[in-house]
Amino acid sequence: MLRKLLPALLALFIHLPAPAAEALPASEDPVLEARVDELGHLLRCLVCQNQTIADSHAELAIDLKNEIREMMRAGQSNQEIIDFMVARYGDFVLYKPQVKSTTWLLWFGPGVLLVLGLGTLFYKLRRRVTQAPAAELTPEQKRQAYSLLEQADGGDGK
Amino acid sequence: MTRFLWPLAIFLALVGFLAVGLNLNPREVPSPLIDKPAPQFSLPVLHRPDMTLSRDELKGQVWLLNVWASWCVSCRQEHPLLVALAKSGVVPIYGLNYKDQRAAGLQWLSEHGDPYTASIMDADGRIGIEYGVYGVPETFVIDKQGIIRHKHIGPITPQALQEKLLPMVRELNAS
Repeated sequence: MLRKLLPALLALFIHLPAPAAEALPASEDPVLEARVDELGHLLRCLVCQNQTIADSHAELAIDLKNEIREMMRAGQSNQEIIDFMVARYGDFVLYKPQVKSTTWLLWFGPGVLLVLGLGTLFYKLRRRVTQAPAAELTPEQKRQAYSLLEQADGGDGK
Repeated sequence: MTRFLWPLAIFLALVGFLAVGLNLNPREVPSPLIDKPAPQFSLPVLHRPDMTLSRDELKGQVWLLNVWASWCVSCRQEHPLLVALAKSGVVPIYGLNYKDQRAAGLQWLSEHGDPYTASIMDADGRIGIEYGVYGVPETFVIDKQGIIRHKHIGPITPQALQEKLLPMVRELNAS
């Protein structure tokens, strides 16, 4: 029963990439469109927050792409356009957050946690290794143990 | 004993962080425009498209800029509050009719009441971009010098009005 169901269950978890309907570029200039798309991947769509404006079809994302297109036509650099967006929508508009004092925890927190975790692990393992010899018996205890074992053997009547 | 308390403490700290995170509203992105001059605009007035209204004409008074649209569902939620606020005459409300059709906007106001001293038409949403608008309705509190002092994202609630917007308007009017 389960063996028959398993492939079907597994199939549920496999996501095949669905062919996405792409919006037609609004201009005929492929170089410009490539630049708009490239920059669009760096900016967050604030309506559908986990998408970039390049991926989003929200109305605001389309407006912002038009804005970028026009700014590029006017000869503005990528950095100028990014600064324009940050000045209006804040740092959150950057899909990849900047590295600065308020985002250090965000950037380096996971690394710090990893180092702490590995450190703790090594510390514990080493302590276990150094503790192991301490578990050895003193000669006195050994003698007691042997005599106990001998008694047990005798008790079995062998 | 501390051996067992440590994981518990770490777990509780984690729960604390997650609880705070759950209660944050991700829709409310702090605006970088607070304490900055309100972006310039000069747009046609909804009721009189032959006339334009610009930011500088509104200097010298504390005013609210409310971004609204006839297609905006949650605008209906806050609208009665705005109508009541306009009646009280505490602060003039100017409307930014965002990405809307003129006829639809006029129709909407005649249906739901018009709290706006004037509404201006931002048909292509360009001024919306200047103001960092991403979720209608939004409301800005702008002081006598034309500086943005506060931005409320989403429909205004009675609580937000009483506890934040009105005290702010009073304070700015006094200064």
